[in-house]
Amino acid sequence: MPEKAVNESDQQALFQFLLRLGDNTLVLGHRVSEWCGHAPVLEEDIALANTALDLIGQTQLWLGLAGEVEGKGRDADALAFLRDIWDFRNILMVELPNGDFGQTIMRQFLYDAWSSVMLGRLIKSGNPAIAEIAGKVSKEVAYHIERSADTVVGLGDGTEESHKRMQAALNYLYPYVGEMFLSDDTDAAMVSAGFAPDPASLRDEYDVLVAKVLADATLTLPDGSYTHKGGRTGAMHTEHLGHVLTSMQWLQRAYPGSQW
Amino acid sequence: MYSQMEKTEGGDPKLQADMTDKERAFQDKIDRNIKIEPRDWMPDNYRATLIRQIGQHAHSEVVGQLPEGNWITRAPTLERKAILLAKVQDEAGHGLYLYAAAETLGVTRDQLTEDLLAGRMKYSSIFNYPTLNWADMGAVGWLVDGAAILNQVPLQRTSYGPYARAMVRICKEESFHARQGFHIMMKMAKGSDAQRKMAQDAVNRLWFPVLMMFGPSDKDSVHTAQSLAWRIKIDTNDQLRQKFVDQTVPQIEYLGLDLPDPGIKWNDETGQYDFSDPDWSEFFNVIKGNGPGNVDRMKARRAAWDDGAWVRDGLLAHARKKAAAKQLAAE
Ligand SMILES: [Fe+2]
Ligand SMILES: [Fe+2]
Repeated sequence: MPEKAVNESDQQALFQFLLRLGDNTLVLGHRVSEWCGHAPVLEEDIALANTALDLIGQTQLWLGLAGEVEGKGRDADALAFLRDIWDFRNILMVELPNGDFGQTIMRQFLYDAWSSVMLGRLIKSGNPAIAEIAGKVSKEVAYHIERSADTVVGLGDGTEESHKRMQAALNYLYPYVGEMFLSDDTDAAMVSAGFAPDPASLRDEYDVLVAKVLADATLTLPDGSYTHKGGRTGAMHTEHLGHVLTSMQWLQRAYPGSQW
Repeated sequence: MYSQMEKTEGGDPKLQADMTDKERAFQDKIDRNIKIEPRDWMPDNYRATLIRQIGQHAHSEVVGQLPEGNWITRAPTLERKAILLAKVQDEAGHGLYLYAAAETLGVTRDQLTEDLLAGRMKYSSIFNYPTLNWADMGAVGWLVDGAAILNQVPLQRTSYGPYARAMVRICKEESFHARQGFHIMMKMAKGSDAQRKMAQDAVNRLWFPVLMMFGPSDKDSVHTAQSLAWRIKIDTNDQLRQKFVDQTVPQIEYLGLDLPDPGIKWNDETGQYDFSDPDWSEFFNVIKGNGPGNVDRMKARRAAWDDGAWVRDGLLAHARKKAAAKQLAAE
């Protein structure tokens, strides 16, 4: 009995870990896709659609694997479209409304920086399926971080107006950054299995990367260390996620069991 | 089509005898299928007509993001969401190619955008219709992109080089657009009763607006002759419309949907389908700005442009700073 129980809890932890990855990309992809046709310049319409597309592709991989690990016959679509809020495991930052273009691109940068550091470790995961996905998507993420960092620098060090807006975006979003580095039992299980790093161990590399870009952007990290949390554990999401799911899941909920 | 109300500047084609030497040499090139390139001499009216036609086409691609963008967050599966995103991304890319082609004629993308937002330039009437259920994503790809393809395939042979080459790139992507649309329609038409209802609703609602995409009837089209002579129009509106109906009716039947027009009947004598005329007064109203979506579409585009001004200014200012720093370092 003990051995089976251990396996089950490991499997449960792995499932939760994969949901965290897949829900981040799903919800962020949803938010970014809201820009379609509304961006400040045609090149950004294209770039944002491309980012959203990559994120949805990553979602298919992470949630697909999550479904396999869970072993209850749920595929990526079932996980995306048929879970309710309390089962979502994305960080709070990705479910926040887009705000202006500056806020969207600042969030993208703060997320891409984490994502690129995380994937750098996951490529070496002891779980071959995780390592494979990380390898597959890391090229995309390298491109995302290059682009979002460039745009943050361009707008931070642009006009007075653009600088002001980027600083405001950073001030608003920064309290949501800490959630990406919190550790709990799920993470401890991933570490002991050799599947994933302790999130806290990514912080130094992340801080160096972010500090460099923000310096080029002439932006200042806000004071204060308060961290909003509750998304990746599912303990408490923001009010915004419910509205995301309402539109995302509507067809699947209204016409259950249909083929699309 | 995407530029369905283009008027050719300058009236009917000139007779050979009335042409200047330059004009005769120009027409001769066109007749011998030699492409006109940006640095070549061209009549002012040719240039003006092309700017309007390519500009309208570009605007249509850009505004065309909106009716499909309307369903991205509600796409029913991750795969459908990804395909729709890829398609809308393509359309924005088409806008980019076409603006670049127009710019070779001496206008800027910003000027063209200002003209659109000020109501001085048009875009295709079809994008003023709403997308109301998921089957619209199928119908738009299948019918709207399908109609666009019929117009754009011949335009690959149009006389102006940059426009023709933009069309070659665009046409490559358009067939994927039409295919994914038909694939959605197949799922919907062969799906549940509710899905079939969505499919039928989409076809009924979009049929006549799609027929209007080809522009007014030839008898009401002004200056088609000059555009045909200049090879910036290859087929007439009615020829393309007939071709579209002939290829689409069997597809509707294959899907098992009801025909959206009781006037559709095979005609043994002509070897073509007869069909009812769209309501042309509706068409001219939509062109004038009175369509169901004109106001909202332009509001959305104006908001994107106005709200984005600080972004464009910021990036430009940064690029200038960088260039200045580089210059300083070089000195
Ligand atoms: Fe297109
Ligand atoms: Fe298309």
